[in-house]
Amino acid sequence: MRFVRKTHYYQDIQLFRHGGQVFWYALLGIVITGAPLVLSDFYLGELSLVFIYAIAGIGLMLLTGYTGLVSLGHAAFLAIGAYSHAWFLSQGWPFLLSLPCAMLLSALVGGVIAVPALRMTGIYLAVATLAFAIIVEQVLIHWESVTGGFRGMMVELPHVAGLELETPVYFYYFCLLILVLSLLVAINLLRSPTGRAMTAIRDSEISAESMGIHLAYTKSLAFAISAGFTGLAGGLLAHKIGYLAPDSFTLLTSIQLLLMVVVGGLGSLHGVIYGAIFIGLLPQGIAILRDYLPGIIARIPGLEPGIFGLILVLVLIYEPLGIHGRWLKIRSYFELFPLYRRATHKRQRSYLRTERLR
Amino acid sequence: MEILQLLISGISQGCVYGLIALGFVLIYKATEMVNFAQGDLMMMGAFFAYTYANVLEFPFVIAVLATIATMALIGVITERLLLRPMIGEPHFSVLMLTIGLGFILRAIAGASWGNEPRSLNTPYAGGVIDLNGVILGYENLVIMIGTALLCALLYCFFRFTRLGIAMQAASQNQLAAFYVGIPVKRIYAIVWGISASISAVAGILVAPVSLIDPQMGFIGIKAFAAAIVGGFGSLPGAILGGLLIGVVEQFAGLYLPTGFSDVSAYIILLIMLLIRPQGIFATMQQKKV
Repeated sequence: MRFVRKTHYYQDIQLFRHGGQVFWYALLGIVITGAPLVLSDFYLGELSLVFIYAIAGIGLMLLTGYTGLVSLGHAAFLAIGAYSHAWFLSQGWPFLLSLPCAMLLSALVGGVIAVPALRMTGIYLAVATLAFAIIVEQVLIHWESVTGGFRGMMVELPHVAGLELETPVYFYYFCLLILVLSLLVAINLLRSPTGRAMTAIRDSEISAESMGIHLAYTKSLAFAISAGFTGLAGGLLAHKIGYLAPDSFTLLTSIQLLLMVVVGGLGSLHGVIYGAIFIGLLPQGIAILRDYLPGIIARIPGLEPGIFGLILVLVLIYEPLGIHGRWLKIRSYFELFPLYRRATHKRQRSYLRTERLR
Repeated sequence: MEILQLLISGISQGCVYGLIALGFVLIYKATEMVNFAQGDLMMMGAFFAYTYANVLEFPFVIAVLATIATMALIGVITERLLLRPMIGEPHFSVLMLTIGLGFILRAIAGASWGNEPRSLNTPYAGGVIDLNGVILGYENLVIMIGTALLCALLYCFFRFTRLGIAMQAASQNQLAAFYVGIPVKRIYAIVWGISASISAVAGILVAPVSLIDPQMGFIGIKAFAAAIVGGFGSLPGAILGGLLIGVVEQFAGLYLPTGFSDVSAYIILLIMLLIRPQGIFATMQQKKV
């Protein structure tokens, strides 16, 4: 474990706490930037998808992991971002205008949805977002003049200042750029008063309110920001899949997003990245697995969602803090080497007392 | 006459939602857990009934009893394996866990019975009663009667039996209930058993009306809306919410443009959450610090 001796206040607001972090992140940066030199177009495409998932995951993590509001309907914001971006492009808007507008629109819808959602907590909120997502899905199917209904909608190829972004290498770098920017925004947001207020709300609404945090404002802001990130990811996803249809944005998509933040580790931005890698690569893993499994198991139609469900259940029971939590445990085991105790990370259980009358 | 006909079919459909909602409410009432897999338990029940009645050709009553017993066992096993380690964890985790459970059950059903829709042989399917032009199928009649009976039974159970009252106590304060000698864990197992067998009954009742396939559990989401509209944690509320949604759905299907019928349940849910978040029969109060 490294203790940093601080000699200047400026050190408190640095992004990296010490040289070791700078070294490892720089190495990661070099590897990621150099990846297109080595990898084939297919794997670049898969990696771009991971980046897009990660951007959406940042949105959901800010809401669920940091503000403590569970959303079962984030696919709706993904859909709003994707469809509005595609529609703006089809109206002849330039790419660099259309993407921020899609993001803003998504954030706006998120903010509006948050207003009624503020009166609800916990399970009610989760269900309200679920209902919202199902309604959005039906709107996508029936508003044919804009969305094309079941027939779907072509997404125009992205061109930015003469660059053809649809080539995998350019698209990879573009997604990477947006992801890094989003991460920076999220990190700085979480260090700002707004971010601290969100975390306070997650930990205890009552104490946050008594500290002078405006609950309604902060929650709807969290919703809007979260929807904005997810909408941005939706806009990128539209280019990735190239052809939008309502069945790309179903309940399963929302659950996948939630699975991503839970498996990655709630309450950490590292967790988003781990979760995105996991979600992005799992279908490939299952596809490879199918070749090795005996035919009778491999041909099960709902195998993929079933495995998703199984992993979700196992993670929740055995490692509620997800991959990031496991990593922290492994790291502290080595840092404290002979002194590590399992009880250090013991979960606190709270026994339940209901608010129901009868 | 048309309105009456719509009302009747709405009530029958609403009873189905209400029945599944009863399962939600039961588990919530006793364990304060929200079981998103309730619809999928219903689907499993319907498939077991299909296996006993159609494949193994048991007499219908025996098949029903066997289904209920099987599902009760599955409920208890599920609780023991998956939910027991989650006692004391945040609600959100339990909710996610049951969503995962729903996916697993769907995959299991798809693997065991395949994805093509099936229909259940029942002794009462096909017959109709004609009341001055309003047509009521026997299967719909059986749904209504079954729902009413189950509802009354559960109400009495929670009101008058020792076990039912112990369940309420375990739900209101786990530790206090444990201190006064209630075996909280065993109670949870029993509740899951009962709730799974209720969903088995729901599955058997629904099977003649809609076909059996691994995706049929998705009406559980509408049933969930019904439970919330009725006030989560209230048994009569669950039935009333189910009836409301069932009836509105039928009318929306006829009088509103296409698409509204599918979303009307959720629109009702959102409106209800806006104007009266605690539901028709409120069982929640604001916690004092």
